[in-house]
Amino acid sequence: MAIEIRPLEQFKIERLIPIHIGGVDVSYTNAAFLMTVAVVLVTALIMFGTRKRALVPGRWQSVAEMSYEFVADMVDTNVGHGGREFFPFVFTLFMFILFANFLGLIPYSYTVTSQIVVTFALAAVVFVGVTIIGIVRHGVHFLRLFVPQGVPAVLLLLLVPIELLSYCIRPFTLSIRLFANMLAGHTMLAIFGGFAASIGLLGIFPLGINILLVALEVLVAALQAYVFAILTCLYLSDAINLH
Amino acid sequence: MDLASAKMIGAGLACIALVGAGIGIGNVFSALINSVARNPAAQGQVQPFAFLGFALAEATGLFGLAIAFLILFVF
Repeated sequence: MAIEIRPLEQFKIERLIPIHIGGVDVSYTNAAFLMTVAVVLVTALIMFGTRKRALVPGRWQSVAEMSYEFVADMVDTNVGHGGREFFPFVFTLFMFILFANFLGLIPYSYTVTSQIVVTFALAAVVFVGVTIIGIVRHGVHFLRLFVPQGVPAVLLLLLVPIELLSYCIRPFTLSIRLFANMLAGHTMLAIFGGFAASIGLLGIFPLGINILLVALEVLVAALQAYVFAILTCLYLSDAINLH
Repeated sequence: MDLASAKMIGAGLACIALVGAGIGIGNVFSALINSVARNPAAQGQVQPFAFLGFALAEATGLFGLAIAFLILFVF
């Protein structure tokens, strides 16, 4: 009995509500649905969590406060003074990615962040925003970011292009990191699941590995949201403090 | 060589990227253990950076793994 393993089928986008406007396909897909769910859940958590404003927080309020403090602490330590005004952006980004990653771990749901389109859009917003903030804050002085301090002039000929390049590939590394983690993790789960289903009784071994892998994926889901947010903080810090 | 076997070899080669990720993750945690053993009070300060380093190192290996998956299942 051979069961065909199709580990990439879980990433297929399906149209839930087909919408076509002027030849452009803007259908409401399962990816869009999961994004909506993520946004609704984050909003609900924050709104219901802070509704009572008890002095001694209950369970929901604790979760809301903990996530708030976690991100606020991250912004404070990494961006420093003047980073507080960007806290809402980083918090939104972190919570959205966290919830999208966790929702993807529910069996038969959809991992929004395993689509490069989604992660690249997020990373591009960060990149363009950070560059604009840097230029508005510092004007031409923003270019100092690409000139390392205390380096001989000859070396600068080499270092400036490298710095420039490493700045320009930031949106790509930022987006591919999240996308590759989610894609590889979920594909791996599906492959081991396929093993378990196709080799009969012995399948208990790949099933055991799969359980451990799910635990790893939970860690990775939280960690990648954290990494995305902290790198956003570091990029912001670059643009605001110029090293 | 036909395309199917070339795909298999290519996917296998792409997985070599995981060597680097393994070395990197090992390095990160060995450094964490080292520093915590020397100064246990610093654990709280050092641990977030360790996990950041772990995630960054792991991601580089996963780029290779993603390429392997792409070779196997997409093309």
